[in-house]
Amino acid sequence: MSVHHCGDFKQTYADDMKVMQTRFIQVCIGLFVILLYVFPYLGSNYHVSVMNKIGIAVIGAVGINIVTGFTGQISLGQGAFLGVGAFACSYFMREWNIPFWFAMPMAGLTTAAIGMVFGSPSLRLKGLYLAIATLAAQFILEYLFLHVDKVTGGSNGVMFPSPEIGSFAFDDDRSMYYLILTVAIIGVLFAVNLFRSKDGRAFVAVRDHYLSAEIMGIHLFRYRLLSFAISSFYVGVAGSLWGAYTQYITPEHFTIHESIHYLAMIIIGGLGSVLGAIFGAIFMTLLPFVLTGVTANLADYFPQAGYFIQSLREGIFGLIVILFLIFEPDGIAHRWRLIKAYWKLYPFSY
Amino acid sequence: MEFYVQLIVSGLVLGSIYALVALGFAIIYKSTSVVNFAQGEFLMLGAYFCFSMVVQYRIPWLWAFLLTLVFSVVLGLLVERLILRPMIGEPIISIIMVTIGLSSVLKSVVTTIWGTQIQIYDPPLFPDAPVNIAGIPISQVYLWSMGLSLLLLALFGLFFKYSKAGVAMRATAFSNQVALSMGISVKNIFALAWCIAVVVSSIGGILIGNINGINISLGHFGLKVFPAVILGGLDSILGAALGGLIIGVLENLSDGVLKSLFGLQGIKEVAPFVFLVIILMVKPYGLFGTKEIERV
Repeated sequence: MSVHHCGDFKQTYADDMKVMQTRFIQVCIGLFVILLYVFPYLGSNYHVSVMNKIGIAVIGAVGINIVTGFTGQISLGQGAFLGVGAFACSYFMREWNIPFWFAMPMAGLTTAAIGMVFGSPSLRLKGLYLAIATLAAQFILEYLFLHVDKVTGGSNGVMFPSPEIGSFAFDDDRSMYYLILTVAIIGVLFAVNLFRSKDGRAFVAVRDHYLSAEIMGIHLFRYRLLSFAISSFYVGVAGSLWGAYTQYITPEHFTIHESIHYLAMIIIGGLGSVLGAIFGAIFMTLLPFVLTGVTANLADYFPQAGYFIQSLREGIFGLIVILFLIFEPDGIAHRWRLIKAYWKLYPFSY
Repeated sequence: MEFYVQLIVSGLVLGSIYALVALGFAIIYKSTSVVNFAQGEFLMLGAYFCFSMVVQYRIPWLWAFLLTLVFSVVLGLLVERLILRPMIGEPIISIIMVTIGLSSVLKSVVTTIWGTQIQIYDPPLFPDAPVNIAGIPISQVYLWSMGLSLLLLALFGLFFKYSKAGVAMRATAFSNQVALSMGISVKNIFALAWCIAVVVSSIGGILIGNINGINISLGHFGLKVFPAVILGGLDSILGAALGGLIIGVLENLSDGVLKSLFGLQGIKEVAPFVFLVIILMVKPYGLFGTKEIERV
């Protein structure tokens, strides 16, 4: 059982394509997953609720990374798509009496359909123009959230029924934790495997050089739409889980800020890397808690500065994003690879 | 009839300010290929700075205006040097994100210094009394604002066409390498582009602040400008001006008409983006944008 292969001596393609290359890695990841599942017994309620937020963010960030990180199409509409998922799921459950377990995938499909509608300009547009088209999607959907009262309850929002199995309801942090964790693990596994498949490779080819990709016979429009669909499905599921977790949804939550938040996650974590999306989701979810802690402490020492520090919080968020982009443009995932390489090569620096 | 004329007039005023901000946006995009999501925050910061000068320090309007321009130039230089220059060569999404980060920094600076309440220029820059033009009363603020923005747009149009710096900017926009080899300092041009963009946004902010008052939601202007620049073509100065005017009128007309006919609320916020999607579908590179030719 070796920690890491020290060279490249694989003899079959199957060997080369393995997700977990050595038994050590298998054991580590297995232990980590078990640790995640026993976590509610170790941590307090507060910790579990933070973990829930991270879990939902991981699903959403992996989703947006598929369209932006892997296929290279900037999407500024994630916040609204999250809302589509949440409102659709709640509508299916309230009006059509569909249990959560079917409503959640249906909400995912609904979001995927809407994502494809707003992704369809990608037939003729790319890069920046497409980014702006998705920005339009954000504002149009926000308007619909506020004005299609039957589905969304307008500015008052709607209740979100809790998921149930028989008579057991997922209505507290700990039970939701298991639901979110399970969906997040399935989502991450699917994404990791997607990029070992033909479609995933096609996404990367479209991103890296779309003309070459087209020459090689990749149907650009088809794959661009497909990436929008898969990504929106993830986001829709994340939205449903968010609704189930908060039990009450209003349009307020699904603004452009949420879109920017998700974009920041994958950029800080690392574009085009599933691990990066996870790191980014953890970082960006923990950041407000850390900032709140720091500002609360500072406010104790400098009472009159409390107001300033409070209003500077958004600025600190922006500053961290800027500094990350200037000094660590490839994200946390890249730093993580460097750290791993350091220990692999130690004591040699090359 | 009068109702529609009023709508069109206020649309033109709004549109001329969109045009100013769009001009700043297009200048930055054209010469540095950076998409600036912080344009609205520049506008807001300029408006607040001028507010401080006029209302809090009681400086006469002309001096306050000039001070705001100086402040804008310094801000433009700082932003370009500290934030955008290290990002040269990074992928487009990183550059978009850096300007988004910049916008939230600027927003929090404004809320820290000036708070979130709506503020009003006192004394106002232009008198509010309406004048009758062909029997229709139109507020003087509107006329002045529109006149000033159109004048500025014309001045910048001439600047780009005839002045040495303007020609250098167009050359840089065409190709950085060619411009460098002709002895143009591309760095200086980038800095100049940011300065002009911040200055025109600040002026736009002062004008709109005179009409509606200043508050934190002025930053939304930066996002509303996207439809204007897309309609005109991202890299066209003339396009930005025309696009701004057209979007302003369309926004006001659709808002007024739909409100009076169907009682729909809040169309103003969303109409420009609906037009944006339609424009992108029909004419992806806008009215005057450079069409990229690609063949497989």
